[in-house]
Amino acid sequence: MRHLLSTRDLLRDDAIALLDIAEDMSEVQNREVKKLPTLRGKTVVNLFFEDSTRTRTSFEVAAKRLSADVINFSAKGSSVSKGESLKDTAQTLAAMGADGVVIRHSASGAPQVLAQSGWIDAGVVNAGDGTHEHPTQALLDAFTMRRRLHGDAARGRDLDGVGVMIVGDVLHSRVARSNLWLLETLGAHVTFVAPATLVPVGASTWPVDIRYDLDAALAEVRPDVVMMLRIQQERMNAAFFPTTREYARQWGLDDDRLLALRPDSIVMHPGPMNRGLEISSRAADSAQSTVIEQVANGVSIRMAVLYSLLSGDREARS
Amino acid sequence: MTTTLIRGATLPDGTTTDLLVADGRIAERGAAIATPSGAQVLDAAGLVALPGLVDLHTHLREPGFEQSETVLSGTRAAAAGGFTAVFAMANTMPVSDTAGVVEQVQALGESAGYATVRPIGAVTVGLAGERLSEIGAMANSRAAVRVFSDDGKCVHDSLLMRRALEYVKTFDGVVAQHAQDPRLTENAQMNEGALSSELGLKGWPAVAEESIIARDVLLAEHVGARLHICHVSTAGSVDVVRWAKARGIEVTAEVTPHHLLLTEDLIRSYDARYKVNPPLRRDEDVRALREGLVDGTIDIVATDHAPHPEEAKDCEWDHAAFGMVGLESALSVVQAALVDPGLLGWSDVARVLSHAPAAIGRLSGHSHSFEVGSSANIVLVDPASSSAFSRDRLAGKSHNSPYLGMTLPGSVRHTLHRGYQTVRDGVVVDAAEVAAAAAAGVTRG
Repeated sequence: MRHLLSTRDLLRDDAIALLDIAEDMSEVQNREVKKLPTLRGKTVVNLFFEDSTRTRTSFEVAAKRLSADVINFSAKGSSVSKGESLKDTAQTLAAMGADGVVIRHSASGAPQVLAQSGWIDAGVVNAGDGTHEHPTQALLDAFTMRRRLHGDAARGRDLDGVGVMIVGDVLHSRVARSNLWLLETLGAHVTFVAPATLVPVGASTWPVDIRYDLDAALAEVRPDVVMMLRIQQERMNAAFFPTTREYARQWGLDDDRLLALRPDSIVMHPGPMNRGLEISSRAADSAQSTVIEQVANGVSIRMAVLYSLLSGDREARS
Repeated sequence: MTTTLIRGATLPDGTTTDLLVADGRIAERGAAIATPSGAQVLDAAGLVALPGLVDLHTHLREPGFEQSETVLSGTRAAAAGGFTAVFAMANTMPVSDTAGVVEQVQALGESAGYATVRPIGAVTVGLAGERLSEIGAMANSRAAVRVFSDDGKCVHDSLLMRRALEYVKTFDGVVAQHAQDPRLTENAQMNEGALSSELGLKGWPAVAEESIIARDVLLAEHVGARLHICHVSTAGSVDVVRWAKARGIEVTAEVTPHHLLLTEDLIRSYDARYKVNPPLRRDEDVRALREGLVDGTIDIVATDHAPHPEEAKDCEWDHAAFGMVGLESALSVVQAALVDPGLLGWSDVARVLSHAPAAIGRLSGHSHSFEVGSSANIVLVDPASSSAFSRDRLAGKSHNSPYLGMTLPGSVRHTLHRGYQTVRDGVVVDAAEVAAAAAAGVTRG
C-alpha cells in the first residue's frame, strides 16, 4: 500500500490485514514499554489544515510508538488566498525529507491531489478531507466492532451479517461515508437514519438502507451497532432542521432509546460528542458505549496504517 | 495585399471548388480557376472549407487579468481554432459596463488583427446585479454592442431581468443570461448527484439552472424580447428551451464543446482542469445536449473559453478557479462529439459555429455560404487527421485545457480573416505580419 486515501478502494483482504496488524499493535500498547523500533529514522509530518487535537494527537502517539520522528505542521487557514499553497507546503515538506504525510484538510480530495501531484514522494494518509472520507476513523470503528463481537478470536474475521445503524448528519459526514464503504466491504449491513435534509442526494444508489424515523428503524432493524454522528450547531442556520431540541427529540440517542436497544447492542460515537443533543450522557457512559475504546483503538489502527505505509522499502511495495 | 487561390476545397455542402480570395473578399468560385500572377496557392485537397467560426462566448480577460489572457493572445487562440470573430465577455476589470471599456477592447482587437472582436456589455453595473449599466451608451458607441451579459453571474433579480430584456429591445440587442440561481449554488463545486455526494464536493443542482431558464423564457415572452441562454448544461434545460421555442418565444441557446463531450466522472481525479461553471454533468445530459443541438433546440456551440494561470488550477479542488480554455479545441471536439458519430454534417457545423452565432450577435458581413463578394473569413480543416491534443495546439496564454493528452480528430490547417492568413499550415502566423495585414485592410477600406 502506497497511500491510504479512502476506504472505498480498500480491498477486503487488505482491510482485514490492517485490522490484524492493529491487533498486534494493540498488544504492544498493553506492554510496559509501549515502543517499537520499526520506523526509527523515518519522519512523519502531521499536516493539519483544519484543527483537530484528537486526531492529530492520535497520529502523533501512533508514530512515536513506532519510533518515527514526528513533525506537527499546522497550516490552519492556509489557502491560495490566505497564504501558502498546498503545492508550496508539500514541496517544503519534501525538501525536509518527510517519509509520510498525514493530512487533514477542509477541501475534499486534497489528500488525493497531494498523493498524485508529484510535489512530494511521501506516503499520504488521509486524516479527514472535507466531507469526503476519514478512512482511519472507519478502520478503528470496524476494529472496535470486531473486538466487541469476537473478542480474542477477532483476528482474520470480517463483519459478515453485522447490522450497523449510522444516525445523524450523514450529508456532512466523512465518517459516515468511510464507514459505509468499509463496512460494505467487510460484509456488514448498513442503515442510515437522518432527516431527509441530511441525507446526501443520490445516496439511494449506495449500498445502504435509508430511513427517516429512528424509533421505527430501531424497532425493525434491531441493530448490532448504533453509531451516532456529531451534529454541528451551525447546521440549523442553513435550514437543515429547525431547532436542536427538535433534532434531539427525533434523532438523538436518549435514555428511552438506549433502553429500547438490545442489551448486547453497542453504542458508538466518533467524538467529540454533544451530550444531550445527539447522545445522552447515560448512553455515552453506558457499558454498551465504546467511545473510550474507540480512542484507544484509534492509536492501534494508526500504528498499523503508518507501519504498512512506511516500514521497509516503500518504493518496492508501491 | 496577397491574392490567395484555394485549390480544391470541399465546401460544407460537400461540393468541391476553387476559391479565389482577393482584396479581402471571395472574388471567384468555381472549378479550375487560373492562378493569377503573384497569387499564393493553398492546396485544399481533402480539406473542408468552413466560413470563419464565430464564438459568441469568449473570455479575453483584458483589461484586468492579463496574466491569464490578453486580447492579442486570446485572438491568437481563436485563430488557431479556426475562429475569425469572438464576442468578448464583460467580466473584465474594470468591468465592460461603459462605452470607454468596450471601445478599448474593440480597438485592441482591431490592432491585433487575428479576429474580429465584438465586445459584450455588462447588463448591470460592475456585474453586481443591482442597477442597469449604460446599455444605450455601449450600443451607440463605436463598438456598437448588441449582446449584453453579466456572464459569470446570473441576473438574478426578477424585476431587473425584466427591465433588462425590455430595455435592450430598444437597441436590437439581446441579453445573454448565465442561468444560475445563486442561493441554490452557494459554494457549489460540481454537478449534484450520487457522485458529488461520494466525493464530498458541494452539489450544483440542475434545478438551479433550469428554474432560471424557465423564469426567463416566461419573462421574455411577457415583454416580447429576445433572450439568449449561455452554456445550457442539463437535459432539463434542453426540455425547457424546447418548450419555449414551441410556444414561439424568441429564445436562443448555446452549448459548450465540453458539455457535449465530457462528463462528471472525470472529477473522480479531483483534477481541477475539470472544474467549470456550469459544471460537467451526467452522461444522459451530454446525450440530451447533443440531441438538442441536432433538432435545433440549441442554436449554437460557443466555447466559454476561460483562461486561468497555472496556479489557479494546480491546487485543491475547492480552491481552484472555474473554467477551461476552449477556442483551440472547439472544432475538434464538435467533430468528435457530433460529426464523426454522424449526428451533424459540415453544413450543420457551419450553422452552429458560424451563421447562427453571427446572427444572434448581429454580426453582419462576416459569416457566409461562400458567395462571391463575401468577406473572406474562411477556415480550412483537415477532418481526416487525428492526434493527441497537446500543449503545442494551445496558442493563448493559458493551458487549462481538459483535452490535453486526449486523442481528438481534425485540425485547422489555414485560417483567413478578411482575406489574410492568421493560421498557415497549422501554425499561427506571426503577430507583426497579421497586424500589418489588418492595417492594410483598414487602409484599403
